[in-house]
Amino acid sequence: MISTAFEYQRANSLDEAIKKLQETGGRGKLLAGGHSLVPLMKLRMSEPGILIDIARIPGLAGIREKDGKIEIFAATVHHDVASSALLAEKCPVVAETAGEIGDPQVRNRGTLGGSLAHSDPSADYPAVMLAVDAEIHLKGPKGWRIVKASDFFQDLFTVDLAADEIIGGVQFAAVKSAGYAKLHQRASGYAIVGVAAALDVKGGVITSARLGLTGAGSHATRMTNVEKALAGQPLSAKTIEAAAKIAGEGIKHVNADIHASEEYRRAMIPVFTKRALEKAMARS
Amino acid sequence: MATTTPVLPKLVGQRVKRREDPRLIQGLASYVDDIKVAGMQYLAFKRSDVAHGRITRIDTTAAAAMDGVEAVFTGAQIAEIVPPMPIGTPFPSPAHHAVAVDVVRYAGEPVAVVVARDRYVARDAADAIVVSYERLPAVVDLEQAMTGKPAVIHKDFANNLAVALVPGGTGVGADYSVDDTAINKAFAAAEVVISQRMVNQRLAPTAIEGRGVLAHYEPGRGTMTIWSSTQNPHILRTMIAAMNGLGQDQVRAIAPEVGGGFGAKINIYGEEYVAAAISKKLGVPIKWVEDRSEAFVATTHGRDILGYIDLAAKRDGTVLGLKLRLIADIGAYNMLLTAAIPTLTMLMANATYNIPAIRVTLTEVFTNKTPTDAYRGAGRPEATYFVERAMDMLARELNMDPADLRRKNFIQPYQFPFATQMGAVYDSGDYEKCMDLALKNAKWKELKAERDAAKAKGRLVGIGMAMYVEVCGLGPSSSLPTGGWEHSGVTIERDGRITATTGASPHGQGNETTFGQMLADQFGVPLEHVTILHGDTSIVKQGIGTFGSRSQAVGGTALHLAGGKVKAKMAKFAAALLEANEDDLVFENGRVFVKGAPASGKSFAEVAAYAYVPVPLPPGLEPGLSDEAFFEPANNTYPFGCHISMLEIDRETGEPKLLKLIAVDDAGNLINPLIVEGQIHGGLAQGIGQAMIEEVVYNSDGQLVTGSFMDYAIPRAIDFPRFELDFTCTPTPVNPLGAKGVGEAGTLGSTPCIVAAAVDALSEFGVKHIDMMLRPEKLWRIIHGGKS
Repeated sequence: MISTAFEYQRANSLDEAIKKLQETGGRGKLLAGGHSLVPLMKLRMSEPGILIDIARIPGLAGIREKDGKIEIFAATVHHDVASSALLAEKCPVVAETAGEIGDPQVRNRGTLGGSLAHSDPSADYPAVMLAVDAEIHLKGPKGWRIVKASDFFQDLFTVDLAADEIIGGVQFAAVKSAGYAKLHQRASGYAIVGVAAALDVKGGVITSARLGLTGAGSHATRMTNVEKALAGQPLSAKTIEAAAKIAGEGIKHVNADIHASEEYRRAMIPVFTKRALEKAMARS
Repeated sequence: MATTTPVLPKLVGQRVKRREDPRLIQGLASYVDDIKVAGMQYLAFKRSDVAHGRITRIDTTAAAAMDGVEAVFTGAQIAEIVPPMPIGTPFPSPAHHAVAVDVVRYAGEPVAVVVARDRYVARDAADAIVVSYERLPAVVDLEQAMTGKPAVIHKDFANNLAVALVPGGTGVGADYSVDDTAINKAFAAAEVVISQRMVNQRLAPTAIEGRGVLAHYEPGRGTMTIWSSTQNPHILRTMIAAMNGLGQDQVRAIAPEVGGGFGAKINIYGEEYVAAAISKKLGVPIKWVEDRSEAFVATTHGRDILGYIDLAAKRDGTVLGLKLRLIADIGAYNMLLTAAIPTLTMLMANATYNIPAIRVTLTEVFTNKTPTDAYRGAGRPEATYFVERAMDMLARELNMDPADLRRKNFIQPYQFPFATQMGAVYDSGDYEKCMDLALKNAKWKELKAERDAAKAKGRLVGIGMAMYVEVCGLGPSSSLPTGGWEHSGVTIERDGRITATTGASPHGQGNETTFGQMLADQFGVPLEHVTILHGDTSIVKQGIGTFGSRSQAVGGTALHLAGGKVKAKMAKFAAALLEANEDDLVFENGRVFVKGAPASGKSFAEVAAYAYVPVPLPPGLEPGLSDEAFFEPANNTYPFGCHISMLEIDRETGEPKLLKLIAVDDAGNLINPLIVEGQIHGGLAQGIGQAMIEEVVYNSDGQLVTGSFMDYAIPRAIDFPRFELDFTCTPTPVNPLGAKGVGEAGTLGSTPCIVAAAVDALSEFGVKHIDMMLRPEKLWRIIHGGKS
């Protein structure tokens, strides 16, 4: 549990951090909460020569509403998201998801940006970012770039983020009728299966739905078949039950480990899809 | 006669807050890693990454050349200064080198050692050592191992048998000759037989403070001081002296603050021997502190016993006979007590029942895994689990209330002392009274109705109960190779304050508080005037240590006896001072006076001062107030209890949730109920952990899969309902305190009562037994596939 030697640098602005990333080439790695990176370093599975600390960049943490949209900046820790009054009122699913991450120590250090950039296949945030259809704002040497969450998560620990880019934050339209449900892995707290569901409802009818799934595959994905099954249907327990049944169908690769076999994980996808949708319905 | 109102309350039996806690929770305590000696160097171990293999090459060149590296030792070089490690059991055992020579037998076994200026350089250098192996087949499956396949781990131990079948119970002679008549008769007369294979799975002890050692050999004095995170510094001293060619007078062993042991810090480990030997060889202080990844592979594991149980009974519930075939996975080597732990499972197979015939056999088997040794409960939770699960299965088979079945078979109060067929002599007990209180507290009838109502609504709710009896207060010297006594010294200082020493070595048990309470009462002085010293062999003259729930029953009694000797002498000084008869004196409220005349007495401090400046010296007395006592118990103690639980399983996911846990424990007289409850809480937590979320898992190559807290779950506060505790009190006649011991109790009743509740919850699926842990997927398969 002792990492290899590394150099520590602190950036005071995003531009400075980007410059440091460029200067250090592949050897530099961004450090925010450190709750994904530091454990890997202690196991010597990651051996960055230089850590660039971005946790204290002014303005990189916080939650606000702007132009009718919610913005969460990248260095915001999970605890602050979980306890945000703004989110509790406008978009409770995001606060709920943050509150389900790890344990209090993790939530007091881990950051939104770190979780998204790391893209652990069992992380909670990616699912909810898919469900709220978040835009992920990235800054690089050439300025800002916006990537939809549905395009951002690409593969195992792989996201649409260049080596010299940094996540500045996320932006999304608040959606109240949304819920997150997960099966906890009892040791780590990660999701064996986690589903975030968001419903747009008008006059008792689901006009559109977005569902993000984590834990099952190499990376978080939308469950478009369920979304289609829900769209245009009256919002009811029956609708939810029917739509949840097909959740997970057609997914080719599903993870297996000592905590859950592929068969069990597959069986849990409809269960937690239904639970997430029930929460969403209860909030509509 | 005038009476006095006591100003100082009697403390024994009171809920006194732990005196240890303020320093512990404020970061004011010193653990091994906090201790620094000028010039100390650090060790790092290069560990095997294969479970079984022949070392073909070790290249230490790069490591040795690194800046800051003092020395590098291979296993062969260590073997020149550290002899094979001794064990504390009488069984034959293969040579176990502190650092592997030629062959590695579990993943994590040390293969080389680096000495460097700090732990970071040491660790980098260990990584720079290159080791090549010729891989040998890894022996992982326990029952396959017994056939000698896929490999034999130690060449003189055919079929990997470490300890071959030891028969015990009915009809077994002292020479292990066996007469099967009684057991055969029992099973021939049976109207119902319960047969089940049960796994008591492997656990990792996971003390929050890992192990650590600092060895300081001073060449000029020829002495060794060794600090270690250990449960028994005196045993450590004995072993370090023997292994380094030193006398016990030349070794000082110190257990500073110890952050939990749970049995895994009884053993004296290779790292301790290596640190001491290298310090002696190089003449510099040597420190090693385990990291968490190492702790999972290099600190002994617990449990891992397979039981084949057959229980014969009549249809009215009368138990006729018990057969238990135990197969223990002891890992790659015998450690200090490894081979003895499963024998405690044998010893306690009689449980709380009159069982006319018992036959237990035990086979201990080597595998390519981390060695096992004591873990909280150490053999007794396994026995309890096997027998109580079988009793629960019998109740279910007979459609009998599980409490009624137990009631029918209990050993009765008039039968004590009760000599079991397994060789134990239960000191005292009233099992029915204990169970009845638990049933009352649980509202057993209403609890059943609550379960039935929940089931009627489609919820999977179950209830379970279990009895336990354990063996504590270890023990007569015949039961331990170290001797089974404990030692204490009590000194009344010149100012009337009290310093006491104990050979028990508390590491979370709270003995500074409980022992302080005892002396405060014995001498009638404030608790704040009493200091309890422990954990340093140069201060505590003799001792055995803290394990087997022995510190209060054995160590506490030694303290009580030593205090009594000093008090008798102090009474003589006081008698001289007061011109009174020593038999008429009372020690109370910080004063010593003639009974009924407190005003005429002297303060406790005045009497103490007189004893140190005795002018005139009373005839026949030496100056001073200091004495010591050894206490050798005539028997172990046998605490018992009844645990009841209610549990719900999520029908869709299989996730279990513990809803209630009601425990009634009987540990005899309680010195401090608050501390006792804390001990029960901790034991319950680890028992619930075993039942529900803890399991060490190896893959087929012998690699530890649960090698971090990301994959090995330990229970947290959120995993529990509020525990409902209560006590009955059946004092032991074995010691004058009437105290039995309680440190491990919680781990015994909890596992079978929780599994019983899970089986009850899933009764509609026809399941009869579920092996621990209650993994959600396992339960989900029962619900959705109908199989266990």
